[in-house]
Amino acid sequence: MKVTASGRPPGMADMGGVFTATAVAGSVADPELPVLTLADLGIIRDVRESDDGVVVTITPTYSGCPAMEAMRDDIVGALHRAGFGRAEVRTVLSPAWTTDWISETGRAKLAAAGIAPPGAAPRRGAGPIPLVIGVRAEAVPCPQCGHAETEQLAAFSATACRELRRCLSCREPFEHVKEI
Amino acid sequence: MSFDDAYDALTDHDDDTRWAYGTGFADPLAGVPTAVPDGVDPADLVAYSLMLGDDALVMSHRLQQWVTRAPELEDEMAIANIGLDLLGQARLLLSRAGEVEGAGRGEDALAYLRDPAGFRNVRLAELAAEDFAHLVAHLLVFATWRLALLDRLSASRDPVLAAIGAKGVKEVTYHREYAAGWVVRLGDGTEVSHARMRAAAEAIEPLAGELFAPHEIELRLAAAGVAVDPATLRPEFDDVLTQVHQLATLPPPPARDAVTTSGASGRDGIHGPELAEILAEMQELARAIPGGAW
Repeated sequence: MKVTASGRPPGMADMGGVFTATAVAGSVADPELPVLTLADLGIIRDVRESDDGVVVTITPTYSGCPAMEAMRDDIVGALHRAGFGRAEVRTVLSPAWTTDWISETGRAKLAAAGIAPPGAAPRRGAGPIPLVIGVRAEAVPCPQCGHAETEQLAAFSATACRELRRCLSCREPFEHVKEI
Repeated sequence: MSFDDAYDALTDHDDDTRWAYGTGFADPLAGVPTAVPDGVDPADLVAYSLMLGDDALVMSHRLQQWVTRAPELEDEMAIANIGLDLLGQARLLLSRAGEVEGAGRGEDALAYLRDPAGFRNVRLAELAAEDFAHLVAHLLVFATWRLALLDRLSASRDPVLAAIGAKGVKEVTYHREYAAGWVVRLGDGTEVSHARMRAAAEAIEPLAGELFAPHEIELRLAAAGVAVDPATLRPEFDDVLTQVHQLATLPPPPARDAVTTSGASGRDGIHGPELAEILAEMQELARAIPGGAW
């Protein structure tokens, strides 16, 4: 199988022989946002290869994301097809996934697919989480025409990780990956 | 699982996941370390994980019942997604409970094969909303309380609960925002919407008292740095509700809680008829055809 080395998860060093397994696992498409690979999405936290096989550690995006099951299956299937005998997928919950881990390549692919990439994830200071109602501080420009002013149509779109917005200039509706 | 054909993927032959049935999913905690912190009674940790997991599971089911009943498609998607987030939190917490219990009960057995008396959710989660205003009032109370709870839980000495808390905070922040947005829109809307929103808030908010009444297990675990004493959540809860009421032009939230029960608590497995009704629906298939797959 020809492996597309589409990049490694942010912060992960090239570890010699592990690179191939890393590349195979990382090149699996996100089932919900198939323009992105799992490496683009930043959910692969570790890949280890030993005589017993490959152990891939992933972190869930959202607690209830049903795509996690498909991702596990797809990672194992891709590694099998690439000739790795035994493959196991483990979970790590902490630190929790953030949209800040979506790679620059991933952001460019989202924009090219007409999906506005997330801005910087919210930072909070000490004390209770502030209540936000209505307008968020950060503007979401239209991925079609680039116009800065857009409005929210629905806070939750086809999946929990996206909202539906509309451009106030070209009037095109578009999805936006929400910052978490 | 193939992305191209969902139906083909549902009947994947090379794994044992029973997608259509809703069981047989991979353990959501696979590979997560399972040690119980020093000085903690495992039975307490099991009970506490069930409390927070059952809150999410039961509330999720109530939200799911609104799919096909919401006023607009956009709200249907929002409610379904919020229910899905809570279901995911329930899966993690029930899996943690089953793992620490060590009796071979996984998330499926705990969700589908327990009777009402085995559920430890707060009774507020069981409420059936009679209209959309009641639904958003219910969700505002639940999400405001749970967000404050999960935020503190993220500092738990139990690393699994801490991680579930930190992750859940990101999700429930959006749930609270959604509910608060609708309470403000309806409260600060027409004469009719204002009256209905006010009636809903006045029906549900006085029932919040039980959310802050600590159970002895919560107090023991809070003293051990593992759980959150729910009484500590009250100031933040009151502050958020007051802000929302002001924006919604509603009278201030109730100063006193209604006396709902004579000390009996959902945390002890004492529930209203609503939970039996919920479980009858949720568990029917799993109990009728144990382990069924198609």
